[in-house]
Amino acid sequence: MSKTIKLKKGFDINLAGKPEKKISEIPLSEIFAVKPTDFSHMSRPKLLVKEGDTVKAGTPILYDKMSEEIRYCAPVSGEVAEIKRGEKRKLLEIKILADKEVVFEKFKSYNTSELSGLSKEDALAQMKAGGVWPNVLQRPFGVVANPEDKPKAIFISAFDTNPLAPDVAYQLGDKERFFQAGLDVLKKFTDGKIHLNIDGQAEVAQVFSQAEGVELNKFTGAHPAGNVGVQIHHLDPINKGDIAWTVTPYGVAQIGQLFAEGKYDASKLVAVTGSEISTPGYVKTYSGAMLGNLSGDLSSNLRFISGNPLTGENCGKNGYLGYYHNQMTVIPEGDYEEFLGWLKPSTTKLSFHKALGLLSFLNKKKEYTVDTNTHGEERPFVVSGAFEEVLPMDILPTYLFKAIIAEDYDEMEALGIFELVEEDVALCEFIDPSKNDLQEILREGIELIKNS
Amino acid sequence: MKALQKLFDSVKPNFEKGGKWEKFYTLYEGHRTIAFAPDILTKNKGTQIKDAVDLKRVMITVVIAMIPALLFGMWNVGHQHFISVGEEATLINKIIIGSIAVVPVLIVSYAVGLLTEFIFCVIRNHPISEGYLVTGMLIALVMPPTIPLWQVAMATIFAVVIGKEAFGGTGMNILNVALTARAFLYFAYPGQISGDNVWVYLGGKETVDAFSGATVLSYGPTAMANGTNMLAEIGGHWYDGMFSFMNMFIGAIPGSIGETSVLMCLIGAAILIGTGVGSWKIILSVFGGAYFMGVVFNLVGGNPYMDFPAHYHLVAGGLAFGAVFMATDPVSASQTEVGKWIYGFLIGLLTVLIRVVNPAYPEGIMLAILFMNVFAPLIDYYVVDANKKRRLKRATV
Repeated sequence: MSKTIKLKKGFDINLAGKPEKKISEIPLSEIFAVKPTDFSHMSRPKLLVKEGDTVKAGTPILYDKMSEEIRYCAPVSGEVAEIKRGEKRKLLEIKILADKEVVFEKFKSYNTSELSGLSKEDALAQMKAGGVWPNVLQRPFGVVANPEDKPKAIFISAFDTNPLAPDVAYQLGDKERFFQAGLDVLKKFTDGKIHLNIDGQAEVAQVFSQAEGVELNKFTGAHPAGNVGVQIHHLDPINKGDIAWTVTPYGVAQIGQLFAEGKYDASKLVAVTGSEISTPGYVKTYSGAMLGNLSGDLSSNLRFISGNPLTGENCGKNGYLGYYHNQMTVIPEGDYEEFLGWLKPSTTKLSFHKALGLLSFLNKKKEYTVDTNTHGEERPFVVSGAFEEVLPMDILPTYLFKAIIAEDYDEMEALGIFELVEEDVALCEFIDPSKNDLQEILREGIELIKNS
Repeated sequence: MKALQKLFDSVKPNFEKGGKWEKFYTLYEGHRTIAFAPDILTKNKGTQIKDAVDLKRVMITVVIAMIPALLFGMWNVGHQHFISVGEEATLINKIIIGSIAVVPVLIVSYAVGLLTEFIFCVIRNHPISEGYLVTGMLIALVMPPTIPLWQVAMATIFAVVIGKEAFGGTGMNILNVALTARAFLYFAYPGQISGDNVWVYLGGKETVDAFSGATVLSYGPTAMANGTNMLAEIGGHWYDGMFSFMNMFIGAIPGSIGETSVLMCLIGAAILIGTGVGSWKIILSVFGGAYFMGVVFNLVGGNPYMDFPAHYHLVAGGLAFGAVFMATDPVSASQTEVGKWIYGFLIGLLTVLIRVVNPAYPEGIMLAILFMNVFAPLIDYYVVDANKKRRLKRATV
């Protein structure tokens, strides 16, 4: 049965620079990069190419020693320009100098009737080789799924409530027609349901409302209502020993395209957002594009973020868009001191709280320009009850964080660490008056549990 | 402001690693971050933006919420002084006399407390925390106006060292720091913080003939001893209308500096609740618990104190001050939402229980809060346990 779930907790961060539904033409980046660091589970990345090799879009260039069959492929065709390593020779970036015209590696293609007859094994083999498998993430832990597992259900969140979030359906662009094919392939991997969760407050795009073979659930509420982890908690929560998979709509369509057209197409409509962008909108490019190329020319002292301002990563102007990111954000850096900044009343500073002089709650419609200043120093947990107001799950975040800091495995499990990944506590981290790095703390806890 | 920034910049090298005062870096940093919100940036991973709130702003909100109680307290100390010595006085005169008694207490509390805190921060090399902004004010407000200053200093040192730093500093303490200070004096030097002669600042003058400086709560044991009605006893106060319900609500009665006025505490409560800094659940449930216990005693009856109307308990003594400013301390209170209801209710209940059943302690709120501080983790334990059980149960269905 499809469900409608109304969430009361949460907070919408209303920022300036939301993307308009308009695609700007930009010259294609010259350099694209694949970043092994995008895949948090990848412990021993191994290269399949060396500098100077030519690759096509879909040529495998990387795999993880721990699961060798899952290939990570080049997003564009061209020449491997540089392999960048960091300390202890840690693999950071594989840069590809792109051809003017992208050429694709050929995979087997299927029409609709062939697709329904396709066996799970063949489907799996093509997904692993064709570069689309990393779209399938596993809960608990939020890592690339293990192909051997049989998930109890697959969850797809069809909307994004993060600050400056792109429109997920619009962003599918011409991949929209492969969405159903992707669902049909994924259906082969689970005996359970595929949950497609849509925004109950907005008009729903046809591609989602007419999808077949799925449970269509409606969610209403403020951020993080669009987080797939929150949705799982209310539909079919993860207990110890359970495994569920999550895929983004873009990932589903990319999987569908691999089977329908026989190519790994890493092209995406990237939302270019943030207060410093003159006309926020969408641009068409490929996974791993250079951020400075997408944003156009901008003044200095800005932060270039791959992803959104809550869960994204500061990559710099010359950094590259992450594998899982369909959005980039440019906001001002906050490297200034403010005289009595902790005391002065302000209507221009955004806050979830209403403590003395923080007046942003009076004007919820206003779009705020927020910079990267932390507005305070790190402190022990003092304020209680605030995290609970922005996490619409039956979880006690403060106790969970304390259990992680104390490395108490039993407590972490009992308090629900299996149900969370970083993005679910990002809002807690934003509103925390004690300025703790909660996403980092949670990831440390997840790693402890995963490796125990 | 550029000049001040430059001044900080010019002394900075002395405090950095290798500088001659490198041990005192935390003092430099503490002062600079009070003058200027720091230029710290969010990390490369994690949230790229942060909320405008910080702990300093949370703490200063509490301090602001206490200002009405402080100002009223200054006036009231003067007011009590002049009616007790039988002189007419203007508002200004009352405030001046009040300040003479109150301001030194406030200064000693802040100066000694901050110094102790600074010494600890330097020795242990951790950042100076803003928690003492609130504690310093609280300590002053819960002292009688006649308290010897050296006792304030002793109590403050005890509270900061044993009550807080021994547990690891701000955020780690089990007991409310300000109440630890008061409890220390209560048991170490009871003569200066309890009885009938400490609540009115006389400044060496002679009192009027019928004068008694007793608080309303010490009328309970008297009424019980004489077997008379307690309301009649307090109604017969030498100063007409002193302990009427209204006057107790307004707070023009003898007592600790900041605790007498329920009205000012409620203004503080409005600030705390409006800004979301104090938990309305705790404040409401403390009053609820006290009223409930008062009603139970009224129903049971049996002695004059038990017959003391329940709503009088709400305006007597330091209940309101404790409920609004002490019980809501997020560190020593229950930290779960369900726990906050239980915690507050039991504080209220225990306060009235201590008042009525144990006349040796005329005021119960201090001990009730300290007692529940100790039990708050236990309450939370069961609330958290229920959460875990819900999760386990879900797995087996």
